[in-house]
Amino acid sequence: MAVANPTQQNTIFTPFNIVAAIIIAVGLVLTVMRFGLGLGAVTNLDSNNPWGLWIGFDLLTGVALAAGGYTTSAGVYIFGMKKYHSAVRPAILTGFLGYALVPIALLYDVGRPWRLPYPFVIQAGPTSIMFEVAACVALYLTVLFLEFSPAPLEWLGFKKLRNIIVKLTMVLTIFGVILSTLHQSSLGAMYLIAPTKLHPLWYSPYLPLYFFISSIAAGLSMVMFEGALSHHFYKDRIDAHHHSEFDEVTLGFAKAASWVLAGYFALKVIGIALDNEWHLLNTPYGHLFLVELLGFVALPSFLYAIGRREKNLTLIRFTALITVLGIVFNRLNVSLIAFNYNLPADERYFPHWMEIATTLFLITAGVLAFKFIVTHMPIFYDHPDYKDQH
Amino acid sequence: MEFFTLQDFMTHAKGMTYLTVVAFLFGFVAYWKFLAGGKDDDD
Repeated sequence: MAVANPTQQNTIFTPFNIVAAIIIAVGLVLTVMRFGLGLGAVTNLDSNNPWGLWIGFDLLTGVALAAGGYTTSAGVYIFGMKKYHSAVRPAILTGFLGYALVPIALLYDVGRPWRLPYPFVIQAGPTSIMFEVAACVALYLTVLFLEFSPAPLEWLGFKKLRNIIVKLTMVLTIFGVILSTLHQSSLGAMYLIAPTKLHPLWYSPYLPLYFFISSIAAGLSMVMFEGALSHHFYKDRIDAHHHSEFDEVTLGFAKAASWVLAGYFALKVIGIALDNEWHLLNTPYGHLFLVELLGFVALPSFLYAIGRREKNLTLIRFTALITVLGIVFNRLNVSLIAFNYNLPADERYFPHWMEIATTLFLITAGVLAFKFIVTHMPIFYDHPDYKDQH
Repeated sequence: MEFFTLQDFMTHAKGMTYLTVVAFLFGFVAYWKFLAGGKDDDD
Protein backbone atom coordinates (compact mmCIF):
# COMPACT_ATOMS: atom_id res chain seq x y z
CA MET A 1 0.00 0.00 0.00
CA ALA A 2 1.15 3.52 -0.68
CA VAL A 3 2.35 5.75 2.11
CA ALA A 4 -0.23 8.12 3.55
CA ASN A 5 -0.16 11.54 1.96
CA PRO A 6 1.72 13.90 4.32
CA THR A 7 -0.31 16.87 3.07
CA GLN A 8 -3.53 15.15 4.12
CA GLN A 9 -5.66 17.31 6.40
CA ASN A 10 -5.76 16.06 9.97
CA THR A 11 -8.72 18.10 11.15
CA ILE A 12 -12.17 16.56 11.04
CA PHE A 13 -13.68 19.98 10.27
CA THR A 14 -13.22 19.75 6.52
CA PRO A 15 -15.89 21.31 4.25
CA PHE A 16 -17.01 17.80 3.24
CA ASN A 17 -17.38 16.63 6.85
CA ILE A 18 -19.28 19.75 7.90
CA VAL A 19 -21.77 19.47 5.01
CA ALA A 20 -22.11 15.71 5.61
CA ALA A 21 -22.73 16.28 9.34
CA ILE A 22 -25.49 18.81 8.60
CA ILE A 23 -27.17 16.45 6.11
CA ILE A 24 -26.93 13.52 8.55
CA ALA A 25 -28.35 15.63 11.40
CA VAL A 26 -31.31 16.79 9.27
CA GLY A 27 -31.79 13.23 8.01
CA LEU A 28 -31.96 11.83 11.55
CA VAL A 29 -34.64 14.37 12.49
CA LEU A 30 -36.60 13.47 9.33
CA THR A 31 -36.20 9.78 10.17
CA VAL A 32 -37.80 10.35 13.57
CA MET A 33 -40.62 12.31 11.89
CA ARG A 34 -41.15 9.64 9.22
CA PHE A 35 -41.42 6.76 11.68
CA GLY A 36 -43.11 8.78 14.43
CA LEU A 37 -45.69 10.68 12.39
CA GLY A 38 -46.05 8.56 9.24
CA LEU A 39 -45.53 9.06 5.50
CA GLY A 40 -47.93 12.02 5.30
CA ALA A 41 -45.76 14.15 7.58
CA VAL A 42 -42.70 14.12 5.33
CA THR A 43 -43.89 13.26 1.80
CA ASN A 44 -46.23 14.48 -0.95
CA LEU A 45 -47.31 10.91 -1.68
CA ASP A 46 -51.04 10.23 -2.14
CA SER A 47 -53.33 7.59 -3.62
CA ASN A 48 -52.57 8.77 -7.18
CA ASN A 49 -48.85 8.83 -6.54
CA PRO A 50 -48.01 6.16 -3.99
CA TRP A 51 -44.46 5.80 -5.34
CA GLY A 52 -42.34 8.93 -5.31
CA LEU A 53 -38.73 10.00 -5.22
CA TRP A 54 -37.71 7.25 -2.81
CA ILE A 55 -38.72 4.60 -5.34
CA GLY A 56 -37.75 6.55 -8.48
CA PHE A 57 -34.32 7.59 -7.28
CA ASP A 58 -33.23 5.59 -4.24
CA LEU A 59 -34.45 2.27 -5.58
CA LEU A 60 -34.66 2.33 -9.39
CA THR A 61 -31.66 4.58 -10.00
CA GLY A 62 -29.64 3.14 -7.11
CA VAL A 63 -30.03 -0.41 -8.39
CA ALA A 64 -29.16 0.57 -11.98
CA LEU A 65 -26.01 2.40 -10.86
CA ALA A 66 -25.05 -0.57 -8.68
CA ALA A 67 -24.89 -2.78 -11.78
CA GLY A 68 -21.12 -2.26 -12.07
CA GLY A 69 -20.69 -5.13 -9.59
CA TYR A 70 -22.08 -7.87 -11.77
CA THR A 71 -20.86 -6.45 -15.11
CA THR A 72 -17.27 -6.16 -13.87
CA SER A 73 -17.14 -9.49 -12.02
CA ALA A 74 -18.78 -11.27 -15.00
CA GLY A 75 -16.23 -9.75 -17.36
CA VAL A 76 -13.26 -10.70 -15.18
CA TYR A 77 -14.25 -14.10 -13.76
CA ILE A 78 -16.66 -15.55 -16.36
CA PHE A 79 -15.28 -14.05 -19.58
CA GLY A 80 -11.66 -14.14 -18.38
CA MET A 81 -10.82 -10.45 -18.90
CA LYS A 82 -8.19 -10.49 -16.18
CA LYS A 83 -6.73 -7.14 -17.21
CA TYR A 84 -9.76 -5.50 -15.56
CA HIS A 85 -9.25 -7.31 -12.24
CA SER A 86 -8.27 -4.16 -10.36
CA ALA A 87 -11.76 -2.75 -11.04
CA VAL A 88 -13.59 -5.67 -9.40
CA ARG A 89 -13.37 -4.69 -5.72
CA PRO A 90 -14.35 -1.02 -6.18
CA ALA A 91 -17.21 -2.15 -8.46
CA ILE A 92 -18.40 -4.79 -5.98
CA LEU A 93 -18.19 -2.25 -3.15
CA THR A 94 -20.26 0.31 -5.12
CA GLY A 95 -22.77 -2.42 -5.97
CA PHE A 96 -22.97 -3.62 -2.38
CA LEU A 97 -23.51 -0.13 -0.95
CA GLY A 98 -26.03 0.72 -3.70
CA TYR A 99 -28.02 -2.44 -2.98
CA ALA A 100 -27.71 -2.06 0.80
CA LEU A 101 -29.44 1.31 0.51
CA VAL A 102 -32.41 -0.31 -1.27
CA PRO A 103 -33.95 -2.10 1.75
CA ILE A 104 -33.12 0.94 3.90
CA ALA A 105 -34.92 3.25 1.44
CA LEU A 106 -37.81 0.76 1.34
CA LEU A 107 -38.12 0.92 5.13
CA TYR A 108 -38.79 4.64 4.71
CA ASP A 109 -41.07 4.25 1.70
CA VAL A 110 -43.28 1.30 2.62
CA GLY A 111 -46.29 2.29 4.73
CA ARG A 112 -45.89 -0.66 7.08
CA PRO A 113 -42.16 -1.37 6.92
CA TRP A 114 -42.30 -4.22 9.43
CA ARG A 115 -44.04 -6.19 6.69
CA LEU A 116 -41.01 -6.16 4.37
CA PRO A 117 -40.07 -9.79 5.28
CA TYR A 118 -43.68 -10.99 4.71
CA PRO A 119 -43.00 -12.40 1.20
CA PHE A 120 -40.51 -14.81 2.78
CA VAL A 121 -42.20 -15.74 6.03
CA ILE A 122 -45.95 -15.09 5.86
CA GLN A 123 -47.25 -15.15 2.29
CA ALA A 124 -45.06 -15.30 -0.81
CA GLY A 125 -47.48 -14.18 -3.54
CA PRO A 126 -45.22 -15.70 -6.23
CA THR A 127 -47.56 -14.63 -9.05
CA SER A 128 -46.63 -10.99 -8.39
CA ILE A 129 -43.59 -9.39 -10.00
CA MET A 130 -43.08 -7.74 -6.62
CA PHE A 131 -42.21 -11.16 -5.21
CA GLU A 132 -39.42 -11.53 -7.74
CA VAL A 133 -38.20 -8.02 -6.94
CA ALA A 134 -38.17 -8.78 -3.21
CA ALA A 135 -36.52 -12.18 -3.63
CA CYS A 136 -33.84 -10.83 -5.99
CA VAL A 137 -32.99 -7.88 -3.73
CA ALA A 138 -32.65 -10.13 -0.70
CA LEU A 139 -30.65 -12.83 -2.48
CA TYR A 140 -28.42 -10.52 -4.51
CA LEU A 141 -27.66 -8.34 -1.49
CA THR A 142 -26.52 -11.52 0.27
CA VAL A 143 -24.39 -12.50 -2.74
CA LEU A 144 -22.87 -9.00 -2.91
CA PHE A 145 -22.10 -9.14 0.80
CA LEU A 146 -20.27 -12.44 0.31
CA GLU A 147 -18.45 -11.13 -2.79
CA PHE A 148 -17.39 -8.04 -0.86
CA SER A 149 -16.50 -9.88 2.36
CA PRO A 150 -12.87 -10.85 1.46
CA ALA A 151 -11.91 -7.16 1.84
CA PRO A 152 -13.14 -6.76 5.47
CA LEU A 153 -11.92 -10.29 6.29
CA GLU A 154 -8.42 -9.42 5.03
CA TRP A 155 -8.60 -6.20 7.05
CA LEU A 156 -9.69 -8.07 10.19
CA GLY A 157 -7.18 -10.88 9.64
CA PHE A 158 -9.64 -13.79 9.30
CA LYS A 159 -7.49 -15.73 6.84
CA LYS A 160 -9.33 -19.10 6.85
CA LEU A 161 -12.77 -17.64 6.30
CA ARG A 162 -11.42 -15.28 3.65
CA ASN A 163 -9.79 -18.19 1.77
CA ILE A 164 -13.05 -20.20 1.85
CA ILE A 165 -15.04 -17.29 0.40
CA VAL A 166 -12.42 -16.54 -2.27
CA LYS A 167 -12.77 -20.17 -3.44
CA LEU A 168 -16.48 -19.49 -3.97
CA THR A 169 -15.79 -16.51 -6.25
CA MET A 170 -16.94 -18.18 -9.49
CA VAL A 171 -20.14 -19.56 -7.93
CA LEU A 172 -20.96 -16.18 -6.39
CA THR A 173 -20.28 -14.41 -9.69
CA ILE A 174 -22.64 -16.74 -11.56
CA PHE A 175 -25.33 -16.28 -8.89
CA GLY A 176 -24.76 -12.53 -9.08
CA VAL A 177 -25.22 -12.39 -12.84
CA ILE A 178 -28.38 -14.52 -12.72
CA LEU A 179 -29.95 -12.55 -9.87
CA SER A 180 -29.00 -9.17 -11.36
CA THR A 181 -30.43 -10.10 -14.74
CA LEU A 182 -33.67 -11.07 -13.04
CA HIS A 183 -33.75 -8.10 -10.73
CA GLN A 184 -32.78 -5.30 -13.13
CA SER A 185 -35.37 -6.50 -15.62
CA SER A 186 -38.07 -7.10 -13.02
CA LEU A 187 -37.79 -3.46 -11.90
CA GLY A 188 -38.81 -2.53 -15.46
CA ALA A 189 -41.44 -5.25 -15.47
CA MET A 190 -43.12 -3.60 -12.44
CA TYR A 191 -44.29 -0.85 -14.80
CA LEU A 192 -45.87 -3.29 -17.26
CA ILE A 193 -48.90 -3.25 -14.98
CA ALA A 194 -49.52 0.45 -15.74
CA PRO A 195 -49.93 0.79 -19.53
CA THR A 196 -52.51 3.57 -19.13
CA LYS A 197 -50.50 5.54 -16.58
CA LEU A 198 -47.07 5.55 -18.17
CA HIS A 199 -46.66 7.67 -21.31
CA PRO A 200 -46.66 5.44 -24.45
CA LEU A 201 -43.16 6.59 -25.45
CA TRP A 202 -41.76 5.13 -22.24
CA TYR A 203 -44.21 2.26 -21.87
CA SER A 204 -43.25 -0.78 -23.89
CA PRO A 205 -43.59 -4.55 -23.55
CA TYR A 206 -39.78 -4.41 -23.72
CA LEU A 207 -39.43 -2.33 -20.53
CA PRO A 208 -37.71 -5.22 -18.68
CA LEU A 209 -35.18 -5.48 -21.51
CA TYR A 210 -34.64 -1.70 -21.54
CA PHE A 211 -33.99 -1.67 -17.80
CA PHE A 212 -31.57 -4.57 -18.04
CA ILE A 213 -29.56 -3.29 -21.04
CA SER A 214 -29.39 0.27 -19.69
CA SER A 215 -28.22 -1.05 -16.31
CA ILE A 216 -25.14 -2.57 -17.99
CA ALA A 217 -24.19 0.83 -19.46
CA ALA A 218 -25.01 2.47 -16.11
CA GLY A 219 -22.85 0.01 -14.18
CA LEU A 220 -19.87 0.36 -16.54
CA SER A 221 -20.17 4.17 -16.46
CA MET A 222 -20.48 4.23 -12.69
CA VAL A 223 -17.28 2.17 -12.35
CA MET A 224 -15.44 4.68 -14.59
CA PHE A 225 -16.95 7.72 -12.89
CA GLU A 226 -16.49 6.45 -9.33
CA GLY A 227 -12.98 5.23 -10.23
CA ALA A 228 -12.02 8.67 -11.56
CA LEU A 229 -13.25 10.32 -8.35
CA SER A 230 -11.50 7.73 -6.17
CA HIS A 231 -8.22 8.10 -8.06
CA HIS A 232 -8.49 11.84 -7.50
CA PHE A 233 -9.44 11.85 -3.80
CA TYR A 234 -7.74 8.64 -2.57
CA LYS A 235 -4.40 8.83 -4.38
CA ASP A 236 -2.62 7.75 -1.19
CA ARG A 237 -4.82 4.64 -0.88
CA ILE A 238 -4.16 3.33 -4.40
CA ASP A 239 -1.08 1.27 -5.20
CA ALA A 240 0.97 1.57 -8.39
CA HIS A 241 -0.53 -1.61 -9.88
CA HIS A 242 -4.10 -0.30 -9.58
CA HIS A 243 -3.01 3.10 -10.89
CA SER A 244 -1.37 1.60 -13.95
CA GLU A 245 -4.35 -0.64 -14.74
CA PHE A 246 -6.97 2.08 -14.32
CA ASP A 247 -6.37 3.73 -17.72
CA GLU A 248 -6.77 0.39 -19.46
CA VAL A 249 -9.93 -0.31 -17.44
CA THR A 250 -11.33 3.06 -18.51
CA LEU A 251 -10.57 2.50 -22.21
CA GLY A 252 -11.97 -1.03 -22.20
CA PHE A 253 -15.10 -0.09 -20.30
CA ALA A 254 -15.65 2.91 -22.60
CA LYS A 255 -15.62 0.60 -25.62
CA ALA A 256 -18.08 -1.76 -23.94
CA ALA A 257 -20.35 1.06 -22.76
CA SER A 258 -20.38 2.64 -26.23
CA TRP A 259 -21.44 -0.65 -27.78
CA VAL A 260 -24.09 -1.37 -25.15
CA LEU A 261 -25.53 2.15 -25.46
CA ALA A 262 -25.67 1.75 -29.25
CA GLY A 263 -27.65 -1.46 -28.80
CA TYR A 264 -29.91 0.21 -26.25
CA PHE A 265 -30.51 3.10 -28.66
CA ALA A 266 -31.46 0.63 -31.41
CA LEU A 267 -33.86 -1.24 -29.13
CA LYS A 268 -35.57 1.99 -28.06
CA VAL A 269 -36.06 3.04 -31.70
CA ILE A 270 -37.34 -0.44 -32.59
CA GLY A 271 -39.78 -0.12 -29.66
CA ILE A 272 -41.18 3.09 -31.17
CA ALA A 273 -41.46 1.44 -34.58
CA LEU A 274 -43.27 -1.62 -33.20
CA ASP A 275 -45.94 0.49 -31.51
CA ASN A 276 -45.98 3.01 -34.38
CA GLU A 277 -45.47 5.95 -32.03
CA TRP A 278 -43.52 8.20 -34.39
CA HIS A 279 -46.26 10.86 -34.28
CA LEU A 280 -45.81 11.24 -30.49
CA LEU A 281 -42.22 12.42 -30.93
CA ASN A 282 -43.39 15.90 -31.95
CA THR A 283 -45.24 16.54 -28.69
CA PRO A 284 -43.90 18.06 -25.43
CA TYR A 285 -43.38 14.57 -23.95
CA GLY A 286 -41.89 13.51 -27.28
CA HIS A 287 -39.32 16.30 -27.02
CA LEU A 288 -38.46 15.14 -23.50
CA PHE A 289 -38.10 11.59 -24.84
CA LEU A 290 -35.82 12.81 -27.63
CA VAL A 291 -33.66 14.71 -25.13
CA GLU A 292 -33.25 11.46 -23.20
CA LEU A 293 -32.68 9.27 -26.27
CA LEU A 294 -30.38 11.57 -28.23
CA GLY A 295 -28.73 13.53 -25.41
CA PHE A 296 -28.25 10.75 -22.87
CA VAL A 297 -28.02 7.59 -25.00
CA ALA A 298 -26.86 8.36 -28.56
CA LEU A 299 -24.50 11.20 -27.59
CA PRO A 300 -22.65 9.32 -24.82
CA SER A 301 -22.36 6.26 -27.06
CA PHE A 302 -20.69 8.41 -29.73
CA LEU A 303 -18.53 10.31 -27.20
CA TYR A 304 -17.34 7.02 -25.66
CA ALA A 305 -16.38 5.85 -29.16
CA ILE A 306 -14.47 9.07 -29.85
CA GLY A 307 -12.80 8.89 -26.43
CA ARG A 308 -11.71 5.29 -26.96
CA ARG A 309 -10.45 5.93 -30.50
CA GLU A 310 -8.49 9.00 -29.44
CA LYS A 311 -7.46 7.50 -26.05
CA ASN A 312 -8.95 10.62 -24.50
CA LEU A 313 -9.51 9.65 -20.84
CA THR A 314 -10.88 13.06 -19.85
CA LEU A 315 -13.58 12.82 -22.51
CA ILE A 316 -14.42 9.26 -21.40
CA ARG A 317 -14.79 10.31 -17.74
CA PHE A 318 -16.97 13.27 -18.74
CA THR A 319 -19.08 10.89 -20.85
CA ALA A 320 -19.41 8.52 -17.88
CA LEU A 321 -20.95 11.40 -15.93
CA ILE A 322 -23.40 12.12 -18.80
CA THR A 323 -24.39 8.44 -18.91
CA VAL A 324 -24.92 8.28 -15.14
CA LEU A 325 -27.09 11.42 -15.32
CA GLY A 326 -28.92 9.89 -18.29
CA ILE A 327 -29.80 6.79 -16.27
CA VAL A 328 -31.08 9.00 -13.43
CA PHE A 329 -33.13 10.93 -16.01
CA ASN A 330 -34.53 7.74 -17.55
CA ARG A 331 -35.56 6.16 -14.26
CA LEU A 332 -37.15 9.40 -13.05
CA ASN A 333 -38.97 9.72 -16.38
CA VAL A 334 -40.42 6.21 -16.09
CA SER A 335 -41.32 6.43 -12.41
CA LEU A 336 -42.28 10.10 -11.94
CA ILE A 337 -42.21 12.49 -14.91
CA ALA A 338 -43.94 10.42 -17.61
CA PHE A 339 -45.93 8.47 -15.00
CA ASN A 340 -49.50 9.67 -14.42
CA TYR A 341 -48.92 11.99 -17.38
CA ASN A 342 -52.66 12.28 -17.99
CA LEU A 343 -53.51 13.57 -14.51
CA PRO A 344 -54.41 17.28 -14.13
CA ALA A 345 -51.42 19.43 -13.18
CA ASP A 346 -52.61 20.02 -9.60
CA GLU A 347 -52.77 16.26 -8.97
CA ARG A 348 -49.28 15.58 -10.27
CA TYR A 349 -46.55 14.60 -7.83
CA PHE A 350 -43.58 16.71 -6.94
CA PRO A 351 -41.38 15.52 -4.07
CA HIS A 352 -41.60 17.35 -0.73
CA TRP A 353 -38.32 18.97 0.31
CA MET A 354 -38.20 16.49 3.19
CA GLU A 355 -38.26 13.60 0.70
CA ILE A 356 -35.34 15.16 -1.17
CA ALA A 357 -33.49 15.75 2.12
CA THR A 358 -34.06 12.12 3.16
CA THR A 359 -32.69 10.92 -0.19
CA LEU A 360 -29.63 13.17 0.30
CA PHE A 361 -29.27 11.72 3.80
CA LEU A 362 -29.20 8.17 2.45
CA ILE A 363 -26.74 9.06 -0.33
CA THR A 364 -24.50 10.82 2.19
CA ALA A 365 -24.64 7.77 4.47
CA GLY A 366 -23.57 5.64 1.48
CA VAL A 367 -20.70 8.00 0.60
CA LEU A 368 -19.50 8.00 4.23
CA ALA A 369 -19.62 4.19 4.31
CA PHE A 370 -17.63 4.12 1.03
CA LYS A 371 -15.12 6.57 2.48
CA PHE A 372 -14.67 4.50 5.65
CA ILE A 373 -14.25 1.26 3.72
CA VAL A 374 -11.72 2.51 1.13
CA THR A 375 -9.77 4.25 3.90
CA HIS A 376 -9.49 1.11 6.04
CA MET A 377 -9.83 -1.94 3.79
CA PRO A 378 -7.85 -3.23 0.79
CA ILE A 379 -10.09 -1.97 -2.02
CA PHE A 380 -7.63 -0.02 -4.18
CA TYR A 381 -4.55 -2.01 -3.23
CA ASP A 382 -3.60 -5.65 -2.61
CA HIS A 383 -3.33 -6.63 1.04
CA PRO A 384 0.36 -7.43 1.77
CA ASP A 385 -0.56 -10.96 2.94
CA TYR A 386 -2.36 -11.81 -0.31
CA LYS A 387 -0.26 -10.23 -3.02
CA ASP A 388 0.00 -12.19 -6.30
CA GLN A 389 -3.00 -14.35 -5.42
CA HIS A 390 -5.27 -13.00 -8.18
CA MET B 1 -51.14 7.98 -41.64
CA GLU B 2 -54.68 6.71 -41.17
CA PHE B 3 -55.48 3.06 -40.54
CA PHE B 4 -58.90 1.45 -41.10
CA THR B 5 -58.19 -2.11 -40.00
CA LEU B 6 -55.84 -3.86 -37.60
CA GLN B 7 -54.30 -5.50 -40.66
CA ASP B 8 -53.40 -2.07 -42.07
CA PHE B 9 -51.86 -1.03 -38.78
CA MET B 10 -49.86 -4.22 -38.27
CA THR B 11 -48.58 -4.24 -41.85
CA HIS B 12 -47.39 -0.67 -41.49
CA ALA B 13 -45.90 -1.05 -37.98
CA LYS B 14 -44.18 -4.37 -38.74
CA GLY B 15 -42.93 -3.10 -42.10
CA MET B 16 -41.38 -0.03 -40.47
CA THR B 17 -39.87 -2.20 -37.75
CA TYR B 18 -38.24 -4.61 -40.21
CA LEU B 19 -36.81 -1.70 -42.22
CA THR B 20 -35.48 -0.15 -39.00
CA VAL B 21 -33.89 -3.44 -37.89
CA VAL B 22 -32.17 -3.95 -41.26
CA ALA B 23 -30.87 -0.37 -41.13
CA PHE B 24 -29.47 -0.96 -37.64
CA LEU B 25 -27.84 -4.24 -38.68
CA PHE B 26 -25.85 -2.43 -41.37
CA GLY B 27 -25.31 0.51 -39.02
CA PHE B 28 -23.85 -1.76 -36.32
CA VAL B 29 -21.18 -3.12 -38.69
CA ALA B 30 -20.09 0.43 -39.56
CA TYR B 31 -20.26 1.53 -35.91
CA TRP B 32 -18.16 -1.41 -34.72
CA LYS B 33 -15.49 -0.59 -37.32
CA PHE B 34 -15.55 3.02 -36.12
CA LEU B 35 -15.43 1.99 -32.42
CA ALA B 36 -12.66 -0.56 -32.83
CA GLY B 37 -10.48 1.72 -34.97
CA GLY B 38 -8.52 4.78 -33.93
CA LYS B 39 -5.04 5.31 -32.56
CA ASP B 40 -4.38 1.71 -31.54
CA ASP B 41 -6.29 -1.37 -32.71
CA ASP B 42 -4.74 -3.90 -30.36
CA ASP B 43 -7.61 -4.16 -27.83
